[in-house]
Amino acid sequence: MPTVELAPAPPSGSAIARAPRERTASWPLVDRIGYWLCWAVGIGLCLLALAIVLYMFVKGISYLRPSLFVESPASSVKQSQSGGFLDPIVGTLIVATIGIAIAMPAGVAIATWLSEYRRPSWLARAVESAIEMIAGVPSVVLAIFGLIIFAQPFLGFLSETDASGTVSGKSFFTAGAVMAVLALPLIVASTREGLTQLSDRLREASFALGRTPATTIRRVLLPAIRPDIASGTVLGLGRIIGDTAIINIVLGLTVTNEGVGHAPLISTLRGTGSTLTSYIYTNSPAGEGSAPQKAYAAAFVLLMVVLGLNGIVTLLTRSSGERDRGLLSRAFRLIPYMPDLSR
Amino acid sequence: MAVLVFIGAMLVTVLVKAWPSFSSNGLGWFGPGGDVESQLRAMAESKPLPGHSILYFRAWPLIWGTLLTTVSAVLVALVVSTLAAIFLTEFAPPAVRRVLDPVIRLLAGVPSVIYGLIGILVIAPYINNHLISNARKASVGYVVQLSGADVMTASLVLTVMILPIMVAISANALAAVPASWREGSLALGVNRWRTIWRVSLHAARPAIAAATVLATARALGEAVMLSMLSGGRGFAPNLLDGVTFFFEPVRPLAATILQNAEGLTIPALAHTIYAIGAVLLVSAAMLSLAGWAAKQQFKRYGIRA
Repeated sequence: MPTVELAPAPPSGSAIARAPRERTASWPLVDRIGYWLCWAVGIGLCLLALAIVLYMFVKGISYLRPSLFVESPASSVKQSQSGGFLDPIVGTLIVATIGIAIAMPAGVAIATWLSEYRRPSWLARAVESAIEMIAGVPSVVLAIFGLIIFAQPFLGFLSETDASGTVSGKSFFTAGAVMAVLALPLIVASTREGLTQLSDRLREASFALGRTPATTIRRVLLPAIRPDIASGTVLGLGRIIGDTAIINIVLGLTVTNEGVGHAPLISTLRGTGSTLTSYIYTNSPAGEGSAPQKAYAAAFVLLMVVLGLNGIVTLLTRSSGERDRGLLSRAFRLIPYMPDLSR
Repeated sequence: MAVLVFIGAMLVTVLVKAWPSFSSNGLGWFGPGGDVESQLRAMAESKPLPGHSILYFRAWPLIWGTLLTTVSAVLVALVVSTLAAIFLTEFAPPAVRRVLDPVIRLLAGVPSVIYGLIGILVIAPYINNHLISNARKASVGYVVQLSGADVMTASLVLTVMILPIMVAISANALAAVPASWREGSLALGVNRWRTIWRVSLHAARPAIAAATVLATARALGEAVMLSMLSGGRGFAPNLLDGVTFFFEPVRPLAATILQNAEGLTIPALAHTIYAIGAVLLVSAAMLSLAGWAAKQQFKRYGIRA
C-alpha cells in the first residue's frame, strides 16, 4: 500500500489541497492507462489549438496584402479582381458597436438587479432561467425571430422599405440589436460573478455611511467590479464579432455596405452590408464567391482579433486580483456562455 | 422584466409563424417521406409537388442528420472532456495548466466560420482524396454524391467546438469538490486515480450531466459550420450502407434554416423555416432548462459551478 501524505494545511481560500506527487508506478494498469489518457488529451488540446492558429497564420500571411484593407469588395469570379475587405471590416465594427451599446447597460442592469435586489424572488428566478435559455437559443433562430420583429411596419425606420411598403428588416441597426441578445448572457454572467465575489463588508461600510442601496451600487459596487464588467463585455464582443448566422440572415449579405436614404451616418446604419464572418462564409467553397485566398486572409484577420480579445480578457481577469483561488481563471467560468457554437 | 417578455414573445411569434406548416402536415412533419430537397424547392418555386399541398414537408432526413451529428459529437466530447477536466484540475503541473486554460478559452472563442473554413478547405478534401475510394463513390453514386463534406467530418469538427464548454463546466465542478472528501479517500490508502474516479467524478456528476445537456443544446443550434461541412444535402444516411454511412452527406435543421434564409419572403417556405426554427427553439430551451436544473442540484453541496 502506498503511503499518501497529505499536503500541509491547505492555503486559505485554495479549493484543492494537493497531495505531493505520488508515483504512478504502484497503480494498477487500468489506473495508469487513465492517467496517461488524461495527459494525452491535455497535450492533444494544446496541439490542436496550436495547429489551428499556426495553420491560419501561415495561410493568412501568405494571402494577406495591405491593399485588401483599403479596397471594397467587388463581385467578380476572379480572385485578383474581387477587391478587398474594407466594407466587411467597417461592417464588423458597426455591428459590434451597436450590439455592445445595447447589451452592456442592459446586461449590467439585469445582473445588478439579480444579485442586489432579487425581489420579488419568483421573478428573479424566472429571469435567471430566462437568461440561461437565451444563452442556449441557437443564433439562427434568434436571427429569424429578429427578422419577424424588425419587418413590422412601425419599425420600418430602422431598415429599408421598398416601393410596395414591405419592410425588409435587414440593416445594421437590426443586426446590431439581435447581436445584443447574443452578448447579453455573457455580460450578465460576468457581472454577477463579480458582484457575488465582493465582500459584504464593502456594502455594510457604505450603508454605515448612510448611503442608500442605489448609491452604494452606483458608487461602490459597480466601480469595484469594473474588470468583471469589462471582461464580460470583451467576451460578448468576441461573440458578436464571430457570429455568422445572424449576419447572413439579418444584415442582408450585400457585397458592399449599401446605404438607405441620404442622411450621412444613418443611411449606412439603415442599409445592408456584410462583416468579416459573412465575408469568409461567402468566399469559402460553401458560399457563392469561392475565393479561398480571400477567405483565408479574412479568417486570419478575424482570428487575430479573437486572439487579441482573448488576451485582453486574460489581462483583465488577472488584474482583478486574488489570483483566482488558485486553480482556474475566472474567465474560464464564463466559457459556457460563450460557445462559439451557432455563430 | 423585459427578458421574460422577450423569451415569451420569441416563443409565441415563432410558433404562430410555424403553425401553418405543422397543422398542414400533422405529426407527419417529423416523419420520413419523399425527398426534402425537392419539397423545399417546390416551396421556393411556389409549384406544389403533384398530389400534395404547397406546405407538404417531411423533415425526417434533417432531423436524422441533426441527431447523428449531435449525438456522435456529444458522446465523443463527453469522454474527451471528462479526461481533459481531470487533467486540468488534478494532474497538470501548474505551468501546463496556465497554458491549457487560455488554450481552451481560445478554442471556445474561435468563430465557427473559421472552423468551417478549415474543415472545408483541409479536412474535407483530405477525406475525399484519401479515405473515400472511387468504388465507394460509385456504389452510392445513383442517390448521392460523396465529397468529403459528410457526417463524419461534421461530427468531428462539432466535437472540437463543443469540447470547451464541457471541459469548462466539468473542470469547475471538479475543482469545487470539497478537499476534505478527497483527503478522506486518500487517507484510506486509495490511490489518486481511484479517488478522482470514485469521489470527485461522483460528486461532480450533476455538473457533468449539465455540461452534456448544454453542449447538446449548442450542437443542435450550430448552423454555420454545419452548413459548410455537413454536405448540405437533405439526405438520411442509411446505417445499412456500412462504412459508406460515415461518408454520406446530411443537412441538420439549423443549417437548413441558414441555407434557405433567402426564401423567407416566400410564405410557404417561410412557414416551413419557422417550423424548423420552432423545433430547434423548443428543444434548445428545454435542454438549457434541464442543464440549469442539473446545476442547481449541484448547489446542494454548497458549491457554485
